[in-house]
Amino acid sequence: MSILVDRSTRVIVQGITGKEGSYHATACREYGTRVLGGVTPGKGGTVHEGFPVWDSVKDAVDAVHPDVSLIFVPPAFAADAILEAADAGIELIVCITEGIPVQDMMRVRRILDIRNEEGETVRLIGPNCPGIITPDGAKIGIMPGYIHKRGKVGVVSRSGTLTYEAVWQLTQLGLGESTCVGIGGDPVRGLNFLDVLALFEKDPETEAIVMIGEIGGDDEERAAAFAKAHMTKPVIGFIAGLTAPPGRRMGHAGAIVSGGKGSARDKMKALESYGIIVVDNPSVIGKTVAEALSKGDYRRVPTCH
Amino acid sequence: MNIHEYQAKELFRSYGVAVPSGVVVDSADEARRLISEKHGIFSGQSSVYAVKAQIHAGGRGKAGGVKIAKSVSDIPGYVETLLGKTLVTHQTGPEGRLVRKVWIEEGAQISREYYLSLVLDRSSRRISILASTEGGMEIEEVSAAHPEKILTLPVDPEMGCKGFVGRRVAAFLGLPITLYGAFSTMLANLTRLFVETDCMMVEINPLILTGDGRLLALDAKVSFDDNALYRQEKVLALRDLFEENELEIEASKHRLNYVKLDGSIACMVNGAGLAMATMDVIALAGGTPANFLDVGGGASKETVEQAFRILLGDPAVKGIFVNIFGGIVRCERIAGGIIAAAKDVKLHVPLVVRLQGTNAKEGREMLRESGLDLQVAEELFEGAQKIVQAVKGAK
Repeated sequence: MSILVDRSTRVIVQGITGKEGSYHATACREYGTRVLGGVTPGKGGTVHEGFPVWDSVKDAVDAVHPDVSLIFVPPAFAADAILEAADAGIELIVCITEGIPVQDMMRVRRILDIRNEEGETVRLIGPNCPGIITPDGAKIGIMPGYIHKRGKVGVVSRSGTLTYEAVWQLTQLGLGESTCVGIGGDPVRGLNFLDVLALFEKDPETEAIVMIGEIGGDDEERAAAFAKAHMTKPVIGFIAGLTAPPGRRMGHAGAIVSGGKGSARDKMKALESYGIIVVDNPSVIGKTVAEALSKGDYRRVPTCH
Repeated sequence: MNIHEYQAKELFRSYGVAVPSGVVVDSADEARRLISEKHGIFSGQSSVYAVKAQIHAGGRGKAGGVKIAKSVSDIPGYVETLLGKTLVTHQTGPEGRLVRKVWIEEGAQISREYYLSLVLDRSSRRISILASTEGGMEIEEVSAAHPEKILTLPVDPEMGCKGFVGRRVAAFLGLPITLYGAFSTMLANLTRLFVETDCMMVEINPLILTGDGRLLALDAKVSFDDNALYRQEKVLALRDLFEENELEIEASKHRLNYVKLDGSIACMVNGAGLAMATMDVIALAGGTPANFLDVGGGASKETVEQAFRILLGDPAVKGIFVNIFGGIVRCERIAGGIIAAAKDVKLHVPLVVRLQGTNAKEGREMLRESGLDLQVAEELFEGAQKIVQAVKGAK
């Protein structure tokens, strides 16, 4: 088992004829992902790198019934692309695009939330994220596939390369990963830490979870509170940005300590208070997971339901 | 992106939010000329003026950046004092900010002071209205000492700020009931400004009730979403490059994401999260990070060379730590870029390169055989320890 995606997952790529879309659609296919084709308005009916191209997501859905759409559309058009995928009934949307205006994402989230409240299922991963991978199953994103190894640790992160760092350690130690989800570095996003933790808790293959957060917002704290109340599996947390000065944005649109809130120190304290194993050195994430798993007595029983 | 107070007030005015009239000058002579010509605000009855230094930072009043002129003849002297002065406030850092422009506005009779702001609230994914009766104070301080004196109300940007929201805030602030309508209109206009110009924050501190019963934004602070600037031409035209760090401007020209910090160990990393973690690990190893620098996915020779030049542009830098996790980009290509760039730039400080990921072994081998004076590391913490040691040894 794994979460959200596996070998059977059917994928299309929005923006498949662009440089990024084209490169990564091919890389995902080479990894073994079932990439069925892609969408570029105006290029429907053509074939690109062996992929059939449709004019709209609706056309793609009618033709091949995909489960997932992977989006590489430029920021100015990305919000529209996400809504197009949702409107066509795609249940899992993975948006890699960096630089989408935050108010666009507020509107997108609003509409996705309404659709979910009305009984549909539509999940968004990202934007500004590396995507999702279930090793040996499906790579739906821009992460290097070979650093992963199928295993028992779930990974959820706001970062890209920092996630690869953690994954590499897990792979080297032979623990491997069940699924890795990059939820993205923007302030408003789709799936959050909490949502992914809930999925990992239910996944029989996942035995421990690595949660990689960073400065800004309070999503890590909310997830930790959830973990304390509802999770039996150990969660190992790292928060990047201990040395980041307040009021400055650190690369990611969402990585900013503002109004005295969202500092790494406060997050680490909060996580610890909720029973998360917090590491302050990212070089020992893998080792800490191994230790947590080797302690048979670590597995906690939830204190309340 | 941030703008100056005088620009924010102009923006307010264009959205129908009342602000004091004023002029912006960059010399005392200009102020003298405008006064002698009885230009605009100097033509009327006003006898009191506020002379305010224009920098992108709060806390100007406490730092001596705001002067009250009791007569027109005092104005040029105050302008002279403020221009060219380096203001140090709690938001500027110890190096302070040079004052290049001064805003002169008509004084207002203050009957009451309030705090009002709109911020993009990432948790609720709404625009959050913050209002307080404690105008003129730092809102963080009010929040810590008297949280009950702050009202926080979420506004759905799709719906805009309706009359009932305005009335609720007005009631909380204890405004005279005759002003509920005017206040609601002002709040709706601010919300419209927020949405239409892609703001992250709009702050009025203080919003005042004047002696003659009008609402007036005595200060104005606006910051915008950088991701939306592509569609905000008018906003982008307000950018003041003097307010930004030279190295940061240079970096952004080369699509490098650089933030200058106060430490002595520079770092060059691919990816924002890993770049932050690298800064943290430098601190953990006993050093102080000199910057945040995300070189992105590319890390070609040109990118690395530009990055080196920017890092070395900071005289405080005593050593450089390159930390690259090669994913899509193979490490031997990155090693090639580093070798070529290091030769061209002529590094004069210790360099530690940590390569991991795709073809890392080959990359490290190339670096070792390059004949360059550098150290190679495999693990992140190991690399940080090496650069901290090297910098200590070099002293």
